[in-house]
Amino acid sequence: MNASDYKLQVEDIHKRYGQHEVLKGVSLRARAGDVISIIGSSGSGKSTFLRCINLLEKPQQGRILVAGEELQLKAGRHNGELEPVDPKQLQRLRTRLAMVFQNFNLWAHMTVLQNIIEAPVHVLKIPKEQAIATARKYLEIVGLKGVEDRYPAHLSGGQQQRVAIARALAVEPEVMLFDEPTSALDPELVNEVLRVMKLLATEHRTMVVVTHEMGFAREVSNQVIFLHQGRIEEQGDPRQILANPKSERLAQFLSGNLK
Amino acid sequence: MNWDVILDPATIQLYGEGLLVTLQLLLSSLAVGAWLALLMALALTSQQAWLRRSVGAYTFCIRGTPLLLQVYLIYYGLAQVEWIQQRWDDVWPWTHFKEPFFCALLAFALNNAGYTAEMLAGAIRETPHGEIEAAQAMGMGRWAVLRRIVLPSALRRTLPAYSNEVVMMLHSTSLASTVPAMVDVTAAAGRIYSDYYLPFEAYMAAALIYLCLSFALVGLFKLAEGRYLAYLAPRRH
Repeated sequence: MNASDYKLQVEDIHKRYGQHEVLKGVSLRARAGDVISIIGSSGSGKSTFLRCINLLEKPQQGRILVAGEELQLKAGRHNGELEPVDPKQLQRLRTRLAMVFQNFNLWAHMTVLQNIIEAPVHVLKIPKEQAIATARKYLEIVGLKGVEDRYPAHLSGGQQQRVAIARALAVEPEVMLFDEPTSALDPELVNEVLRVMKLLATEHRTMVVVTHEMGFAREVSNQVIFLHQGRIEEQGDPRQILANPKSERLAQFLSGNLK
Repeated sequence: MNWDVILDPATIQLYGEGLLVTLQLLLSSLAVGAWLALLMALALTSQQAWLRRSVGAYTFCIRGTPLLLQVYLIYYGLAQVEWIQQRWDDVWPWTHFKEPFFCALLAFALNNAGYTAEMLAGAIRETPHGEIEAAQAMGMGRWAVLRRIVLPSALRRTLPAYSNEVVMMLHSTSLASTVPAMVDVTAAAGRIYSDYYLPFEAYMAAALIYLCLSFALVGLFKLAEGRYLAYLAPRRH
């Protein structure tokens, strides 16, 4: 398979904090329309791995390719962390990888609409009218018509996360990265967010999802990666590996997590 | 009590001129102070230790000494420096150091900048880290994150404290009356006191003027907060 056939290719990521190695060579490849769930207990490095993909965390080693374009990295001064050779390239590739955070991270001083059009208008330089039209379209998709002029603090957690998803969609990314998108939500609000994510999966969007929702991993994703102590312990088709885990660790993890 | 003197057109005119000087002094020192404060706040939150420390030392000195002393040092103190004396007849900008208004403005602007910079720097430091990360993840560079996210948010959150600072600054401009030839509201009251020997009426009238100005300033800031801090207000619907 050609490198450019992958929407996202992450090779051999190593990350350590001081002497403590959190990721010991983790790789991931996503084709168009793949939905990859990354599961694992807390401290397994799954969030760190996701954050290495868009360099919110700087790995010490590894390669990152977005739609065939390799992010040029060089050794930095701090603790052997890699740095982008050209910050402009990093910024450009980041717009191709939209991220949805555990704590939503909406910009509090902006209205819902301003949050969604901010990156399209000020980063991608899309005309404002067009960005507003796109924003309204995605607000409708996430089921939030009519909240355009509200501030994030005046919305429920589930609504805020759906706004964050609309904000990520608005840059028309190649790949969407979800960092535990339902972990900060009250149980009754989890489903409204999962429903939106399922909808996106059926639209063949490419998604990498760090999650604790085994139901989502099993039913929506076409690939599951189980991380344990900074290594991929097991990966494959969710229906197979979640039903018949080969490794002791995954079996243990699942017995504690199955819902 | 003799309020007729206060209501005399000539007296009212004197207060009016004083009011103009007070307002000029307040608005120009706030304008200069705000720009300086913005630059200093960026220095105070920069990654360069020497910038942080040198501006930190500046705000420490400004906030650690009385404003009256700062006014005296600039108006009387600098006038004694020979190096400046040699230049204040023809070399810009030193020519301004002969003007009382400039000296008062400089003192107030430098003082105001010191206080405001620390407020703004505090607000910048308290910007939720997640909001900055979201901006970075959206492809914004350092400058864009600062201009589009950090500063708009920090400036808004500084508003309530800044409105206090502005009212304090209004009251502090009365120190300009200690500089001879500066006739602000307080100095105008001083003249009326000495001309008619009516201290209570003279200063009471000045106090009323300051009170009205403070009321107007607080009202303006309340309007601004209603508009720019709506996102922090409790939900109404």
